[in-house]
Parts: sequence; C-alpha cells; structure tokens
Amino acid sequence: MAVLDRLRRGLEKTRRTLASGIGKALSREAPSEKALADLEELLLSTDVGVATAERLAESLRRFAGEGPGKSGSELVSFMKREILDLMSKPMSRPGPKGSPHVVLVVGVNGSGKTTTIGKLAKRLADGGERVLIACSDTFRAAAGEQMDVWARRAGVEMVRQKPGADPAAVAYDGAEAGLARGSTVVLVDTAGRLHTKVNLMEELKKIRKVLERKVPGAPHEVLLVVDASTGQNALVQAREFGSCLGVTGIVLTKLDGTAKGGVVVAIASQMDIPVKFLGVGEALEDIVEFDPEEFVEALFSTD
Amino acid sequence: MFEELSSRLESVFRKLRGYGKLSEQNMRDALREVRRALLEADVNYKVAKDFVAAVESKAVGREVLKSLTPGQQVIGVVHEELVELLGKKAVSLKPASKHPAAIFVVGLQGSGKTTFTVKLGVHLRKKGAKPLVVAADLKRPAAVEQLRILAESVGLTSFIPAKGETVLDAAPKAFEQAVDGGYDWVIFDTAGRMHVDDEMMSELIQLREKVPPHETLLVLDGMTGQDAVNVANSFQKAVDFDGAVLSKLDGDARGGAALSLRAVTGKPIKFVSVGEKPDALEVFHPDRMASRILGMGDVLSLVEKAEQTLDAARAEEMEKKLRAAEFTLEDFLDQLKEVRKMGPLQDVMQMIPGFGRIQKAGLDVDEKALGRVEAVINSMTPDERRNPVIIDGSRRKRIATGSGTTVQEVNRVLKQYFQIQKLLKQMKRGGRKGLSFLPF
Repeated sequence: MAVLDRLRRGLEKTRRTLASGIGKALSREAPSEKALADLEELLLSTDVGVATAERLAESLRRFAGEGPGKSGSELVSFMKREILDLMSKPMSRPGPKGSPHVVLVVGVNGSGKTTTIGKLAKRLADGGERVLIACSDTFRAAAGEQMDVWARRAGVEMVRQKPGADPAAVAYDGAEAGLARGSTVVLVDTAGRLHTKVNLMEELKKIRKVLERKVPGAPHEVLLVVDASTGQNALVQAREFGSCLGVTGIVLTKLDGTAKGGVVVAIASQMDIPVKFLGVGEALEDIVEFDPEEFVEALFSTD
Repeated sequence: MFEELSSRLESVFRKLRGYGKLSEQNMRDALREVRRALLEADVNYKVAKDFVAAVESKAVGREVLKSLTPGQQVIGVVHEELVELLGKKAVSLKPASKHPAAIFVVGLQGSGKTTFTVKLGVHLRKKGAKPLVVAADLKRPAAVEQLRILAESVGLTSFIPAKGETVLDAAPKAFEQAVDGGYDWVIFDTAGRMHVDDEMMSELIQLREKVPPHETLLVLDGMTGQDAVNVANSFQKAVDFDGAVLSKLDGDARGGAALSLRAVTGKPIKFVSVGEKPDALEVFHPDRMASRILGMGDVLSLVEKAEQTLDAARAEEMEKKLRAAEFTLEDFLDQLKEVRKMGPLQDVMQMIPGFGRIQKAGLDVDEKALGRVEAVINSMTPDERRNPVIIDGSRRKRIATGSGTTVQEVNRVLKQYFQIQKLLKQMKRGGRKGLSFLPF
C-alpha cells in the first residue's frame, strides 16, 4: 500500500488539523452552537470556502436535530458521508483503440503542469503505455529544457519546437508524431496562463481544435492543474478553464507541503469536474490517483 | 484584482445606504457580509475575525449609529482599517550603506521567483543601479536556463554556476564577481521550497551564512488561500524575511493573501507582480489597494501608468482639444493607440473606479474589436476623419470593404465617435475638467 502511504503522508497535515479539530468540536453528546461554529472555522481553515463550510455545518445541524442523543462518532461519520457525497463524481474513461489517447494539460502559471506531466508520463509508461509528450509551452524561457529533463527521467519520447513557435503547431506535431510512431498516449504540455487573459485562453481553444482535427475524439482528457495552496480562486480557475475547454479532470498538486487541501471539496461540490490525480511530492512517482473514499478516510482518520 | 471583495462590500453598503439610520442589527448584518467577503477573498479566517471586530469597535466608538450617513461612515472605517492592516505606507527596499548588497528571493515552488528576480533587476536598473542576477536554483530542471534566457532578453548580466557546483559553493563566487564588476545589487534567485521541507529550509539558512543578505524577499502567489499565514510564518522563522512580493495579481479577482500575510507577520509587502513582461512590477501601495478593495478604483496607479507610457506633449495637446470639444476621428485613433500602449486593456480597465461592477455585468473588453475600430478609421480618407459628417452610405460601404468589416461595424464606430463628441460638448458646457486621456 505504498500509494496510500504516500497519499497519507502528503495529507497528514490536513488530517491532523481536521481530525483533531472535528473530534474536539463533536466530542460532546450533541453539537452545541459553539461546537458548530468551531467546526465551520475548521473547515474554513482548510480552504473549503465559506459557502461549503456553511452548508456542511448546516446539514450537520439539521442531522443533529432530527433525533435525540446522536453520539459524537455518529456525527463524525455523518460528516464523512456528506463530504464523500460531494467528492464522488463518476470518472469517464474514453479510449478508442488504434489512435493515441490525447491528454491536454492546462493551468495557471506555476501550478505544476510540467512536473505533473513528467510524473504522469512515468506512471503511464510503467503501466505499459507508449507515451509521447508534446511541449506546447513555447513561451516560458527554458520550459522545453525543463520538460526534456522530465521526459528523459520518465524514459519517454518528446516533441518540441523553438521558443516562440506556435503552440498549436507543436500540438499538431505531437499528435502527428503520436499517430506515426504508434504512441498510445500523447501528453500535451501548455504554457501557464491566468484564466483572465482572453487572448491566451483563445490560444488554448486553438490548440484544442488542432488536436480535434488530427485525432478523432481528441483531446480525450483535459486536465486542469491546480496548486493545493490556492484558495477560492481555484474555483474560478476551474470554471473559466472549464467553460473555455471543457475540463475533464483536475490534478491537485503540492499537497505535501501544506495543511490544506479542502479546495478539492469545494471544487467537487460546486463543479461537475472530478479530481483525478493528486501530486504529493517532488519525486517522479509522487502522483496518486484520486480516490474519494481514501481521501475522505485519510482526512478523518485519527491514527 | 480584488473586484470580488469590492463588489461584495459595495453591495453590502448599497443595502446599508437605503436605511435612514443604522441600527445595531443592520450594522451586524453588514459586518457579517464584510466577513464573508473577506473569507471568500481568501483572507485568513482569524485575520477576518479580528478585522471585523476592530471595525465594529471603531464604528461603535464613533457613534456611527446616530449618523445620518451610516453607510459612508462604515465604509470610511472599513477603509481605514484595511489600510491599517495592509501596512499604511508604501515600503521600498532598504537603502544599503555598502555595495554590492545581496538580495535573496525566496518562496514556494511556482510562486514566481525567477520572473520576479528579473523584474527586480530591471526595476533597479531603471533607478540607475547596476544589478547582477544569480541563478541559485540548482534543483528545478532548467531553472538556471530560464533565468539566463530571461536576463539575456532584457540585457541583464546573470551569474550562472558551473556544472556540478552546489549553491553553497557558487553563491560566494557570485558575490565576488559582483564586487569585482562594480555591481550595486546581487539578486539571488533561490530554489523553490516547501516551508515544511526542513532540509531545504536549512540550505537557505546555510546560504545566509555564506552570503549575508542585505534583504530577503518572500515571493507569495497572490492566489494563495488560508495557507498564506503558515508559509509566511515558516519562512519568517527560518530566514526572517524583510518584505514580501505578491505575484500573479493581474489575474486574480481576490487577493486576501495580501491582508493575511501582513497581519500575521507584520512584514511589509514591497512589490506587486502583475504580468509576465519584465517591467510588470509595481510598488505596493496599501492605501491604493484599500481603495481598490472598497471599489473606489486604483486611479493613482492608472495615472502613473499613463504617465510612464503616454507621450506627455501629445497628452497635453489632446487635453486642449478635448476641452475645446474639437475631437476628430484622427484624434480618436491616436487615443486608441496611446491607450493600447499602456498594456492589455483588461489591466487598464481594472484600475478604473466601478469597473469591477461593470465587468461583472458582462462587459468584456475585446482587444480584437479595438483592432477593428482602428482598421475602420484607417480606411477613411483624411477628409472623412476630420469631418465625419460627410460619410454617407456609399462611403460607408467603401470603408467597410477597405477595412474588411461590415457597414454595421462602420456605423457603430461612427456612433461611438459622435457619442463621445456629444459628451465632450456637454462637459464643456458643464465646465467639468479632468477627463484628460480616456476616450471611454
């Protein structure tokens, strides 16, 4: 269970904060107003956001009022179920045979796209896939070099062009190379961009269109990479990238360093975009598939 | 930046203005909304709590309750408190008595250190100093290369460690090069590190022993959530930074991290990083930021930006014309070009008071539409531009064909122009002054 261990290690801080706090807030026989207020603050401290925190506290209040004598553990398992309900979104897995599965990776600057692609490439290659990376970040200085290092570490092929080249052209090359070389997965890295920059968002649409034309059904996945320390803005990012590209999943990165991760709950609660992977460290294998049950369990477990 | 918070507070106080007097109850409602808005803006929940408490006690102490304009008074108190929380005055770099002086740029992964390092170099050079930027991030793949390329693109000298060298070996050499080369500032772009990574944090402490920094700046992503306080606290404990830099604030609608960081560490925010271009660095002005939070707009920054980019003589000439209401389509085109020089229109518009609300209402600034306006005006003859009244149906058709647009588009441009002119005439009659450069 190395994967779960890694996830747990990464989530340890969140778990400690939430578990001890919720335990304390709910250890009394019935939740007092004070305990509920404590719970709300606790949820707030993990970046779930004010709306989600209020809603969770409210449903707990209702649950507690339904019948007399709810024990603390009953209340805790109720909270678990509530959060789990929010987090459980079906995962779609389209995979036409004979052409590569194209994954477009997007996100704001510094969220960890390149690192995530490196890790994903390694994971997929280890799983027997023939992976090709297309480095469409032709804007940031040395982005290609950085991707190249990761590609070599992961032992996969890579397509890139000169700095300043048209990112859509690189995506095109990547798709074409993927088809020609019989790759089973093509990962497309893009330059970081803030979701407010209209022209840069248009550029993404163009990349998407190029991939669509080249490979039937592509891109099969559009992954939005979100830094876990991001606050409520992650919701705006998910909404904006989502409406521009149709994001199919979220990769939550840098979960190892901070006490938070609650933004995942907020994203799952407010958007129809499931979280698919978690980045939990700097090593090549520090990426785990998102499992809502494990996640909620890890969030609440008290060991 | 901060539109969300501004518009939230605006709506709260719009509600509040409706009451003749402020009761304790609606005061509490307003403050609850303030707290909610702050939380949604990612202000740390403890900071938000303290903030609301402080506003409440001040507001009550001043007998706001009896005031006839309670809403405005509360805005005043909220504004004052925000300025207080943000640090009152703009703080720049510490003056150095001995040069070269070392500046350490530290922060989490992906916060924007490398970009900021180059921006700071450009900023110091603009002030007449000679900076050296040092690639001290040997951990992230190609980070050294990134700094080298960025520095080269703006003509800054960079120090690149030899292959296989450690940061601790390279840093003193970089400093020596700065001494020999007569540099004033040596800016170290350090590796990104998690604040819980003890090993990496101790590397930073060792680095400080090798090259004692004159100033350490913590770069914090402006979109950071509740965790901003933990990050700031950890870095403060480990390296005791002197000031902070908020990055990526050009895209964020909120920005509560600014308030949290300042409130929890007491360290000033010195710069705001607002774009990917090497000159997209602004000095942090707490008072302006507070005004902006309250929806009063960041007019001073706009004026400064305009002063930096607009041609002063032309601006003056334009102002005369505007006053005299002799605004031709040629001037309209000039204005468009001048305004576009100031950067992406989105950035410029955000500094205008009340724009947060307009934008919410769905008004998007379409840069391409501006390009079309330019094309339309460019397709007119000089006569038509000076005297647009002569543009009849067949001229419109010709202009549309010439500019690759439609007659409707040409009509729209003309209509806009006539509206502006009408507005100018009204203003002239009304004797209002101050609309100097914006044709909107």
